[in-house]
Amino acid sequence: MMVDILYFASFREVLGRANEQLPAQFSTVGALISELAQRGENWKMALLDNQNLQIAVNHDVADRNTEIKPGDEVAFFPPVTGG
Amino acid sequence: MVHYPNIKIQTQDFDLTTEVAQLREGHRDIGAVVSFTGTVRDINEGDEVAILELEHYPGMTEKALEKIRLEAHDRWHLESSLIIHRVGKMYPTDQIVLVAVASRHRENAFYAAHFIMDYLKTNAPFWKKETLPDSSERWVDARITDKEAENRWSK
Repeated sequence: MMVDILYFASFREVLGRANEQLPAQFSTVGALISELAQRGENWKMALLDNQNLQIAVNHDVADRNTEIKPGDEVAFFPPVTGG
Repeated sequence: MVHYPNIKIQTQDFDLTTEVAQLREGHRDIGAVVSFTGTVRDINEGDEVAILELEHYPGMTEKALEKIRLEAHDRWHLESSLIIHRVGKMYPTDQIVLVAVASRHRENAFYAAHFIMDYLKTNAPFWKKETLPDSSERWVDARITDKEAENRWSK
């Protein structure tokens, strides 16, 4: 089983992708972020070191402690600016 | 994807008169309708803006807006309400967002429309990108003042 990961707005541009699938081997969002941060400085800055990081799991606001289950959709994005 | 009839995310423009007429249809108990229309400014942060592009998170955006709308109903006993938000490319003077609410009395309608807009700004996953006249692009930063505007509604 996999988890879907989505990146929006400036994250999509900085990280060079809109989405990807990874094996569902991460217990929490924090564990997933630690893994992704090892891909390079862009990833570390956008996800690990970013105090303004916004997270959603299955379309609900989440945080680093939120658990991830197989089939979940995890999204990372900057603070929102609609309206 | 779940469909919420009172939430519309669309690329096309909207007509205030038509939308408000639909909002009022079948309600004889409405005494007040308040609407807010957000439009594209030609200046932001001191720079001229040529194009404003709105991105959203399909699925989560609708869910977040519906949650805000229902909270407004709960707090101000609205008879009906509607949120329209456009996405894609827009230009100065274009309409971006419409919030319209209807209630028995005016005070609740005024408060609810204001609340929905303040919450939408900080809780609905939309992102703005500006293109300047020299074709350079930049993402719009979230404003501290928007977060402060949200906080005034804390119970």
